[in-house]
Amino acid sequence: MSTWDTNPVLKVEHLTMRFGGLTAINDLSFNVGRGDITALIGPNGAGKTTVFNCITGFYKPTEGRLVMNRSIGEKHLLERMADFKITADAKVARTFQNIRLFGGMTILENLMVAQHNPLMVASNWTIGGLLGLGGYKKSNVDAIETAKYWLERIDLIDRADAPAADLSYGDQRRLEIARAMCTGPELLCLDEPAAGLNPKESLELNNLLQYIRKEHDTSVLLIEHDMSVVMEISDHVVVLDYGVKISDGTPEFVKNDPHVIAAYLGVEDDEVELVEEEVGL
Amino acid sequence: MQARQRDSLLVASLKDSLGGAVITFALACVMVGLKVDVASGRGAELFLEHRWFAVAVAVVTVFAGRFLMNMFFWKRDDAPSIGLSGFLPKGGLGNGTTSVLKYAMVALAVVLPFALMFWLGARGSRQYIDLAILVLTYVMLGWGLNIVVGLAGLLDLGYVAFYAVGAYSYALLAHYFGFSFWLCLPLAGILAAFWGIILGFPVLRLRGDYLAIVTLAFGEIIRVVLLNWYEFTGGPDGLSGIPRPSFFGLEFTRGEGGFADFFGLKFSSIHRIIFLYYLIFAMALFTNFVTMRLRRMPIGRAWEALREDEIACRALGINTTTTKLTAFALGAMFAGFAGSFFATRQGFISPESFTFLESAIILAIVVLGGLGSQIGVVIAAIVMIGGFEFFREFEEYRMLVFGMIMVVIMVWKPRGLISSRTPSVALSKNAKGISADLVQEGHG
Repeated sequence: MSTWDTNPVLKVEHLTMRFGGLTAINDLSFNVGRGDITALIGPNGAGKTTVFNCITGFYKPTEGRLVMNRSIGEKHLLERMADFKITADAKVARTFQNIRLFGGMTILENLMVAQHNPLMVASNWTIGGLLGLGGYKKSNVDAIETAKYWLERIDLIDRADAPAADLSYGDQRRLEIARAMCTGPELLCLDEPAAGLNPKESLELNNLLQYIRKEHDTSVLLIEHDMSVVMEISDHVVVLDYGVKISDGTPEFVKNDPHVIAAYLGVEDDEVELVEEEVGL
Repeated sequence: MQARQRDSLLVASLKDSLGGAVITFALACVMVGLKVDVASGRGAELFLEHRWFAVAVAVVTVFAGRFLMNMFFWKRDDAPSIGLSGFLPKGGLGNGTTSVLKYAMVALAVVLPFALMFWLGARGSRQYIDLAILVLTYVMLGWGLNIVVGLAGLLDLGYVAFYAVGAYSYALLAHYFGFSFWLCLPLAGILAAFWGIILGFPVLRLRGDYLAIVTLAFGEIIRVVLLNWYEFTGGPDGLSGIPRPSFFGLEFTRGEGGFADFFGLKFSSIHRIIFLYYLIFAMALFTNFVTMRLRRMPIGRAWEALREDEIACRALGINTTTTKLTAFALGAMFAGFAGSFFATRQGFISPESFTFLESAIILAIVVLGGLGSQIGVVIAAIVMIGGFEFFREFEEYRMLVFGMIMVVIMVWKPRGLISSRTPSVALSKNAKGISADLVQEGHG
């Protein structure tokens, strides 16, 4: 039994998502191990982002169960929670395939918005903060310190007061990850974090993800097309094709799995029927 | 080569001008050439008047005008640029200027009534102080709407409904229960905020144009209810005899126990006007103070984040429902305060004061001033309300000029007079404002 099955942070059980007649995900089950970097890969249209949207509450799954096991012992059934509660209570944060930063706000402000919930509590839901009561001032300073910490990590501390929309593409990607980390997540879901990055930026991203995993007790679930990223940093790879899981295991295992090779590269003509039979098509 | 170029320029210009002339002819034939009039001499008979000369003038003017513009500007490669922006100051008002402007304006507002009294006397200054009160009311309304439209990015076309709720709250509470102004002021705000939430719920899922239409409808519903519920609100007759505010229990009345008597002054009706002026000034400053403070609080940042990207907000664990509702409620609350002030100032209210035009004016103030900019709202309110009242003598032309000014401002500064956004928190002392091009307008 693999480590991700013995101590999973997230269990996806029999997840099915239908849009009308289209079944985007069909009876998908996999585990995300605590402290692992898990990669979700598959050809275009395989249903990877749909899985993400189900986990983070943007879609309500048609069938199935999503169990988040917090390190403090709480269990959350994500399919029953409102999207913002999933981040606020179940501590699952996400980034987007098409970057969604608050472009008109500064980089620092972006990271402050991510700490909204603890700051709201500290300001007694605005009332205390408005009157200058309670520990809001201190919490605010702490929040700025947290933001500074992450800005140093992603090398954007010098540009803290610049609008986020002014950043280059690679910086925006890293800022989005830092912003997600400011919510204090236990599971970080990254939707194609390396898309559009040059090799140097891609390497920086790898280091950042390794750092997050090591220093912050945060498990990472990522969708990625860049195989150099996937094979280098992930501990566990799940492969989807047409909404069905076709392989699940270590990077070495997946790399040599004939199903995966077939899904990505295709097969010889005389083998098509054989493979289809195996995959269950 | 040169000659040929000029030739082709001439031919092209002629062609274009002829086209323009033909279109003008077709339009002018029916619109200018024929005029139906009632003959005064021969009873109420209709007759047709022909004005072919006017048609000829129109056609020739268009032909000549287009020809000249084509020859010298439009069709030339080396046309001198005469863009409007060339004549106007670049960049508008920067951050440094606005902070100086801010204190100058507050100082001016504080001394204004006494300066006017000194200059024009009690009788002569009254109308100007009245005008200043009106401007300040709109400044306060603009600041209130700025929370909803400027910060949270929710386009609200029915803002005047909350102004009406505030005004009627005070008028009705005073009418039926005899409550005083100072008791009703917070009550009116709370009631307006309550109605803001009531409106907020159904429109939570709407965006952009749809949100605008529903809020517009809501504004009309409130007005129509006030108009038709005759037994309760007095319908189109309105409510009169609304009590005036007192100064810490001192009424502004002639004789024993009044304000003038207490302070040993000679009674004058200007005292109440000046008191009202400082009252609305304090209320407006309070609105500004709360808004500016809220901007630096998590809720204010959440409003702005909501304007930038609602989906990202939800992914960060922000409850967008309550965030939107608080924006609606707070915006409505300030309108409620302003409404009860309006009721006590006028002493009489009727649904006529709360038409869609009012909402449109308040929204225009916010948009012209620059979404989210507090000082911009002040300038826009002075220009719009002050300018409008000031040029009352030029009745027929003022709408024309007013429209022109709005067009010029929008061409010159498409994002309003003060279009840069100040960061709510900064690490360095001299953080720059964010250009409006980067700031989203919000989509509900």
